[in-house]
Amino acid sequence: MSETNQNPAAELSLGGKTGVSRRDFLNEITLGALGVAGLGSVALTYQYFSPNVLFEPSTTFRAGNPDLYPVNSVTFLQDQQVYIVRTATGFSAVSAVCTHLGCITQWKPEANMIACPCHGSKFQPNGKKIEGPAPRPLPHYAINLTADGELQVDKLQIIKADQVLKV
Amino acid sequence: MATSFQTALESLRATRVWRSIFRRGPAITNRTRSLAIFGNLFLHWLPVKVREKSLRVRGAYYLGSLSLVLFIILVVTGVLLMFYYHPAAPKAYHDMKDLRFVVSNGVFLRNMHRVGAHLMVLLVFWHMFHVFYRGGYKPPHEFNWVVGVILLLLTLFLSYTGYLLPWDQLAFWAVTVGTNIISAMPVIGSKVRFVALGGHIVGENALLRFYVLHVVILPLLAFLFIGVHFWRVQKDGGLTVGSKDNDGKS
Repeated sequence: MSETNQNPAAELSLGGKTGVSRRDFLNEITLGALGVAGLGSVALTYQYFSPNVLFEPSTTFRAGNPDLYPVNSVTFLQDQQVYIVRTATGFSAVSAVCTHLGCITQWKPEANMIACPCHGSKFQPNGKKIEGPAPRPLPHYAINLTADGELQVDKLQIIKADQVLKV
Repeated sequence: MATSFQTALESLRATRVWRSIFRRGPAITNRTRSLAIFGNLFLHWLPVKVREKSLRVRGAYYLGSLSLVLFIILVVTGVLLMFYYHPAAPKAYHDMKDLRFVVSNGVFLRNMHRVGAHLMVLLVFWHMFHVFYRGGYKPPHEFNWVVGVILLLLTLFLSYTGYLLPWDQLAFWAVTVGTNIISAMPVIGSKVRFVALGGHIVGENALLRFYVLHVVILPLLAFLFIGVHFWRVQKDGGLTVGSKDNDGKS
């Protein structure tokens, strides 16, 4: 009995060239199907764990009319923890959260710099780092004008520091 | 006195219920002693006989067993804490305060869970260093060393996920900083952080996710790997203390 089962004659001859045994064929097809199903379930699980609706404070906010901000000024918006920086070229929205450990930095007009009270990091008004321990400059958020002419900031979109909104 | 107690015990052993559970008779011979161990689910991964040497305190300071005892204490106290805790903001913080100031013996249970968790991290690290300096990672123990590393990671993840649950400033900032470290991963960092927190900030979703990890997923994994770890100690020939090193010294 067992000898006939192991007989090479039991192998299927596909295309007359290589012989693939029924067992190997079924094993490969089963493993392949399980692999596809496994990958699919990983993808579905990833989708399931990424929420589509978030009950979080909105990450976009309106910062009012551009005329509120004089040229060459830094304005701290406490609720949003963002600096609206206006230079001669235009507007940028700079994060006020220190890139070191997340403390809220402060604008020091007399020294013309942004300083962190926790560990002494110092930044230029455009977010560029003067002194550590902060590892990175303060990020710039996407800023644009709404249809009715107000500034709007999106804190989810980080843009390059040289991208400035010209009004 | 002793005789009446013995007759009571003997009559209990003669009952049908007792004999259906313990089928091997009294453990008075080597054979029945072995059967007592083999035939019991909770004992079968223990050796039938141990060397006196491996029971010495200085052998391994019982660090692994003490970690297991702490794990059991943490499971029991943790389950008891769950009866008063809602994993929702801001209720979680108030529940934690209630456990400390309102619930009878709540502060005892909470502190036992908290101190036990700190101690467990300490003991697991101590255990790892002890095994490392004694060369316990060498063959045939290399598989169990890797299982031990997995258990160390599980201990740390349990500690970290539990840290968020009081929902106070300490918890919030620890998890904010920790998940910012995740987002430093190249390419997928911010995606992984988003899935881990269930959002962009440490909020309600993050609390619920960390809670489920802390009370279901990680303890089950730890339970599984602890079982493998203890079973493997016996399969690899008991504690390393009895074995000789390359110089032939024991």
